[in-house]
Amino acid sequence: MTVITDALCPFCGCLCDDLTIVVEDNKITDVKQACKLGAAKIMGHHRIKTPMMRKDKNSEFKEVSYEEAINEAANILSNSKRPLLYGWASAVCEVHKKGILLAEELGAIIDNTATVCHAPSTLAVHEKGLPSATLGQVKNRADVIVFWGSNPVHAHPRHMGRYSVFAKGLFSEKGRKGRKVIVVDVRKTDTANMADEFVQLEQGSDYLVVSALRAILSGHADVVPESVGGVPKEQLSKLVDILKTGKFVAIFFGMGLTQSKSRYKNIDNAISLVTELNAFTKCVITPMRGHYNVTGFGNVCAWETGYATAVDFARGAPYYNPGETAANDVLTRKETDAAMIIAGDAGAHFPADSVRHLAKIPVVQIDPYWNPTTEVANVVIPVAICGVEVEGTAYRMDGVSLRMRKMVEPTHLPDTEVLEKITERLKILRGE
Amino acid sequence: MTLNAILITGRTINQGATIENKTSSDYQEATAYCELNPKDIGILGISPGSRVLVKTDHGDVVVKLKENTGNPDGIAFIPMGPWANAVVDPDTKGCGMPGFKGIPARIEPTDKKVLLMKELIARYK
Repeated sequence: MTVITDALCPFCGCLCDDLTIVVEDNKITDVKQACKLGAAKIMGHHRIKTPMMRKDKNSEFKEVSYEEAINEAANILSNSKRPLLYGWASAVCEVHKKGILLAEELGAIIDNTATVCHAPSTLAVHEKGLPSATLGQVKNRADVIVFWGSNPVHAHPRHMGRYSVFAKGLFSEKGRKGRKVIVVDVRKTDTANMADEFVQLEQGSDYLVVSALRAILSGHADVVPESVGGVPKEQLSKLVDILKTGKFVAIFFGMGLTQSKSRYKNIDNAISLVTELNAFTKCVITPMRGHYNVTGFGNVCAWETGYATAVDFARGAPYYNPGETAANDVLTRKETDAAMIIAGDAGAHFPADSVRHLAKIPVVQIDPYWNPTTEVANVVIPVAICGVEVEGTAYRMDGVSLRMRKMVEPTHLPDTEVLEKITERLKILRGE
Repeated sequence: MTLNAILITGRTINQGATIENKTSSDYQEATAYCELNPKDIGILGISPGSRVLVKTDHGDVVVKLKENTGNPDGIAFIPMGPWANAVVDPDTKGCGMPGFKGIPARIEPTDKKVLLMKELIARYK
């Protein structure tokens, strides 16, 4: 029996680094300290055993060798005029690097799961920058915590305990008692139930509410109507007071901002509010990143190509224009003629229109598990699980890079090796 | 009786805990449902656990009805996943992001069955 201490969790952007893993005969038998999400992923279950292929998507898969599957994947990508390489967030940065090289070789579009998550936040950061801080700073200093359109009780279960609401630190030794917690949401969520102040707004009115807060903050409360987006002016003024008088205000935001009407403009406006609050106190803002290494893909892609995601290599040089080059843009325009889905599940998490197009074009899937993408795939290549069976670098939601540890020996090829072999085969096919 | 509502999709703890196990009945249990508050359920005239047909301009899907007292009037919630995505708005509004929240929906009782993940995706082939 081996006990691994201080292991990292490969589930969400909290990247908790205090897990204890018990291993017997190369099998994980216990996971301690992890939340329900992390424990479920680390304990694992039914894997895809061997690579599989089929020509007709309505027929059954045939089990094949890794070599056959990799060769067919290279054929599909080589024959494509407008390939899309999508996913990446459930893999370590070493995989991202290989994927970007493959995208460049192919002249493909490479996009990651942020496209249905925090990519609009990146657009806002282009406009306004990101006045942020590490989660360590929040733990040690923050006395006002705001969750706007995010529900950490469900999506980031240990965030509040480790970094924000309950965490005790150097200047926050009282933990929860020393903090004011504000939740802004449409629904009274389980997170809202724990708040000191719950601000319930009408769906899609985030931009209006942020604008009203900015107006009150800048001394123009007179132009604010009695109710904005369903929130009484009185509560908005109270909220501004709490924010202004906090010593260190940390705002965390989620899909309530990125996926609602106005998309990236909501975040753009929220960052302006944070900037303006810094005239009165210290205020920071951080996106609640979903996958454990979605932030890592953004970093690797930015330093390799100049852009964080939705990069189009068709012109030979990186080109980026979400709205035109993001995965759902090219799928709903029916422009993509072959796709490779890796470490992400477009079949489950894209709108029906996009999945309908994926069902019509050749699809290569690289993933440990059978999921809706498998249902529309032609070639399925099972791989080792990054962060459980493969070590590598991942980025926490605050941009801190941490080294994921290997807990057990892999039973499948790692993503990096599969990508290398596809790239090698592609070069042979092209006579390079 | 039909209820006009605004649909929101999003994460839940059980959706996350079964996300790597999407062929399981646990995943279907965790994602193939629609939450409404008791008042809206009253308008439909059926009880939680019954099936509802959720229709939008972008598609339709049958899911189980659940009660959530935290939902305001006229707000429906379906956990993110293939059932929710059968009805969300694919328009990326010029910034790459489809409309996963704030979709006008019509909800009505139905006798149709909730499709399995495999059957749901087969509709797209």
